[in-house]
Amino acid sequence: MSSVLQFVPPRETAPREAASALAAPLLELRGISKHFPGVKALDGVDLVLRPGRVTALVGENGAGKSTLVKILTGIEQPDAGEILIGGRAVAFADPQAAQAARITAIHQETVLFDELTVAENIYLGHAPKTRFGLIDWPAIRARSAALLYGIDAPIKPSTRLKDLSIAQRHLVAIARALSVDSEIVVMDEPTAALSHKEVEDLFRVVARLKGQGKAILFISHKFEELDRVADDFAVFRDGRTVGAGRMDEIDHPALVRMMVGRSVDKVFPKGVSNIGAAVLEVAGYSHPTEFDDISFTLRRGEILGVYGLVGAGRSELCQSLFGVTAPSRGSVAIEGRALRIRSTADAIRAGLVYVPEERGRHGAVLAMPIVENATLGCLGAVSRHGFLRAAEEFRLARHYAERFDLRAASLSQPVGTLSGGNQQKVVIGKWLATQPKVIILDEPTKGIDIGSKAAVHALVSELAGQGLAVLMVSSELPEILGMADRVMVMREGRMVGIFDRDGLTPERLVGAATGNAGVAA
Amino acid sequence: MAPAPADGFDLEALLARREILLAAAILVLLGTVASRFPAFVGATSLANVFNDSAILIVMALGQAAVILTRSVDLSVAANVALTGMCVALLDVHAPGLPLAVMVVAALALGLLLGAVNGLLVWKVGIPPIVVTLGTLTVYRGLAFVLSGGAWINSFQMTPGFLGVPRFAILGMPVLSWTAVLLILLAGVVFRRTGVGRGWYAVGGNPTAAVYAGIDPGRARFLAFCFSGTLSGLCGYLWVARYAVAYVDVASGFELDVIAACVIGGVSIAGGIGSVPGVVLGALFLGIIKNALPVVNVSPFAQMAISGAVIIAAVALNARAERKRGRIILRPQTLAPRAAGARP
Repeated sequence: MSSVLQFVPPRETAPREAASALAAPLLELRGISKHFPGVKALDGVDLVLRPGRVTALVGENGAGKSTLVKILTGIEQPDAGEILIGGRAVAFADPQAAQAARITAIHQETVLFDELTVAENIYLGHAPKTRFGLIDWPAIRARSAALLYGIDAPIKPSTRLKDLSIAQRHLVAIARALSVDSEIVVMDEPTAALSHKEVEDLFRVVARLKGQGKAILFISHKFEELDRVADDFAVFRDGRTVGAGRMDEIDHPALVRMMVGRSVDKVFPKGVSNIGAAVLEVAGYSHPTEFDDISFTLRRGEILGVYGLVGAGRSELCQSLFGVTAPSRGSVAIEGRALRIRSTADAIRAGLVYVPEERGRHGAVLAMPIVENATLGCLGAVSRHGFLRAAEEFRLARHYAERFDLRAASLSQPVGTLSGGNQQKVVIGKWLATQPKVIILDEPTKGIDIGSKAAVHALVSELAGQGLAVLMVSSELPEILGMADRVMVMREGRMVGIFDRDGLTPERLVGAATGNAGVAA
Repeated sequence: MAPAPADGFDLEALLARREILLAAAILVLLGTVASRFPAFVGATSLANVFNDSAILIVMALGQAAVILTRSVDLSVAANVALTGMCVALLDVHAPGLPLAVMVVAALALGLLLGAVNGLLVWKVGIPPIVVTLGTLTVYRGLAFVLSGGAWINSFQMTPGFLGVPRFAILGMPVLSWTAVLLILLAGVVFRRTGVGRGWYAVGGNPTAAVYAGIDPGRARFLAFCFSGTLSGLCGYLWVARYAVAYVDVASGFELDVIAACVIGGVSIAGGIGSVPGVVLGALFLGIIKNALPVVNVSPFAQMAISGAVIIAAVALNARAERKRGRIILRPQTLAPRAAGARP
C-alpha cells in the first residue's frame, strides 16, 4: 500500500506534453468485455485517454459507462480485452492495484463522513504514518491544505464535514480522489449534484488537472458541459463503442444520434398550455432557517418552474409545503381553502404530492415490489373494509405501468432492480394514483438517461394538459426553459422573482439566481 | 414499446425459495433423527413438537413485526413473566373469574407493556434497543414486586386456568390451535392491511415512508403494540402450560424469539421478512430443541448448534440479498440537508 502514498504537491507547471491529440495515450482499452449473468454490460469497448486531455464519455443509462468505471478502478475485472498503461498491459486484481497504477475516480455520489474533519475525510484509509506507525497528523493537515489549495477550494482542513455546503463537500471528494497521486482521473457525473456556479468551480479544477498533464475521463449527460470541458469524446451504446473523436468536430444532434441510435428531435415536448383557475396559493411562506417570504399562485394546468442554485432553499420549500417540516409563518390554500398541513399525510389528503429529488433515499422503498410501491400512497383506495386487495393493487399498478411504458419484467420485481428512469416512473405513478391536484417534482430528470428524460417530460406535459398543477424544481436550464409556463427564481432562501415564459433567456435566469441582475439582457 | 410487465410473482417466488430452503433443512433434520429414532417423526411426536414450539411461534410473529420496522423488542420475555405473574395472581385471588376475562386481561396487559415501549420509541425518540433493554428489567422487576419473589405453583391455580391450553380439539391442544389461528391472523395483518404494509415500508426506507404519508414512529408504535399483545397472551399460555409462575419465567427467551425471526429470513435491517418464514424459523429451533436430546446431544452442544444455525441463516440471507441485486450500500448523495426534517 505505502508505495502508493508518496505525496506529490499539486504542480503549477505547464503540461508535459503540449495538449495535442498526438501525445502518446496514457491509457488504452482494447476490446474490453464484461458479462454479468444474463447481461452483456460491455461487449468489446475501446477507449483512449491522453495526457492533458479531457475525454467525454457519453451514453444512455445502461450503455456500460458505470461498468467501465468499475473496471478502470479495479472493482470489477474484465472477461476479455486489454488495459494498456503507457503501452504496457496491466491487470487490476483489486482497487489497490488500480490505485497503484495511478488511476483515481471521483464518483457521482461520494461517501464522506459527516462527523470527521475535512483532512480526515481526505486521508481516511491511506493516512501518512510516522516512523512509529502512528498517524502523522501534521502531515495530514499540511497535505490536505495543499490539495485543497491545488483545486482552489477555500476550505479549512480542520472543518467538520457536516458544516460544509454540498458544493464544498464535492470539492473535498475531489481532493480525496487526488490525495492518491494519480495520472488518470475518472469523473463519473461529477456535476450531477451541482448547480451552475459550482459547475464553474469544477471546470476550473478540471482545467487545472489538465494543466498538470493528467488524463481525464469525464462522464456526463449534459452536452453543454461537455462542449466546455472536453477535448475528445467517446460514445457507448449497449456495451459497445459506437463513436469517438474530437469534441470540436462533432455537434449535439450527431452525438445524440450515436447515443440512442436514432435522433431525438423533441427533447422538450411542451404542449399547449391550458391554464385555468388558481389551485395552490402560497403567501408569505417562511421557515426559521431555510427560506423566507415566498408567495406564488399556481393554476390548473400550469407548470411553474423553480430555478436556483443548489442551496437556494428550493427543495426545503417543497418539503415544507408537503408537510415534512413546519413553516414559521405564511399561509397555504388549495382551491381557495386555507390549510394547515402538519404531516405528509395531511398534504396527500389535501391533494398535494411531492416527488422527491433523491429517488433512492426519499421516493421508493427499493426492496419492495413495484406494485407495493405504486400503491403506498393510496392504500385506502385499494382496500375494502380495511383489508388490502391484491387484485386491486395490481390493477392500479398495471394501469400506470402501461401508461408510462414502464420497463420491468414483472410488477412483483423490487423497485431497486429498475433503472433510474423507470424508478422515477414508479414514484410518479404512486402519486398519480392518489389523484392529486398539485404535484411537486423535485429535479424530475436528475441522473436519468436522455430517452427516459424525454418520456418524463412528455408525461409532465401530459399531466399539466389534463389540468394538474405542476411545481417543477430543476437545475437544468433547458428543462426549465422548455417546460415551464412561468419560472420562480430563488436565491439564498428568498424569492428573486417570477418570470414569464415569453422572452425568458438562460442569461436572465442565471443572472437572477446568482444575484447578477446586470447579466439580464 | 416494451410489453407491459406481467403480474408475475418473482419476489414471492424468491422468498418462497428461501422458505423452501428452510423447509428442506427441517426435513433433512427430521430425516437424520428419524434414521435413528423413527418414532420421532410419528404424527403424535411431531404434534408435540409443534405444541412445544407454539409459544415461540406466536412471540416470533410479534417480534417479526418489530424487526420489520428496523427495531427490536428485547422485553418480550419479561412481558411474558410479568403478564403471566399477573394473571396467575388474579387466578389465585379471584378463582371465580371466567377464563375469557383472564385472557382479555393478559392481552390488555401485554398491549399496555408493548405500548409503553412503542411510546418511548415514538414520542421520546429513544432507540428501540435501549428502550426495551430498560423495560426488560423494569417488567421483570415489577413481576418480583408483585409476587414478592414467591412462586405460584400448580396447586394454587384453578384447574380451568391451567387446563384449557392442553384441552384437545380434533386431536390438537388449544395451545396449538391458538398458534395456528395467530399465524393466520399475522398473515393477514402483514400482507393485507395498511398497518402491515407500513411496517415493510418503514423498515425498507423510513424516509420514503414519510414521503408516502406514513408516519414511521406510529408504524413502530403499532408494531410494539402487536408484539406486546402477543407476548401478553403468551404470558398466560406459558404459566398455564408449565403450571408455575415465578419471576424468572422465560428468562432469556427473547433471544430465542429473535433467533427464530432471523433464521426465518427476517432482515435485522428491516423491511424484509414473511410470516411463513418466521413460522419455519421457530419450528426449526423447536425441532432442534426436541430432537437433539433424542439423539443424545448434550444441552451445551445444543446451544452451540443453535448458535451456529443462526449465523449460517444470516450468512445465507445476506447472500440471497446480494444475489437479488439489492442496492443496500448505495452511496448516499452528498447533502443530507434533511436536518430540519422530522424523519
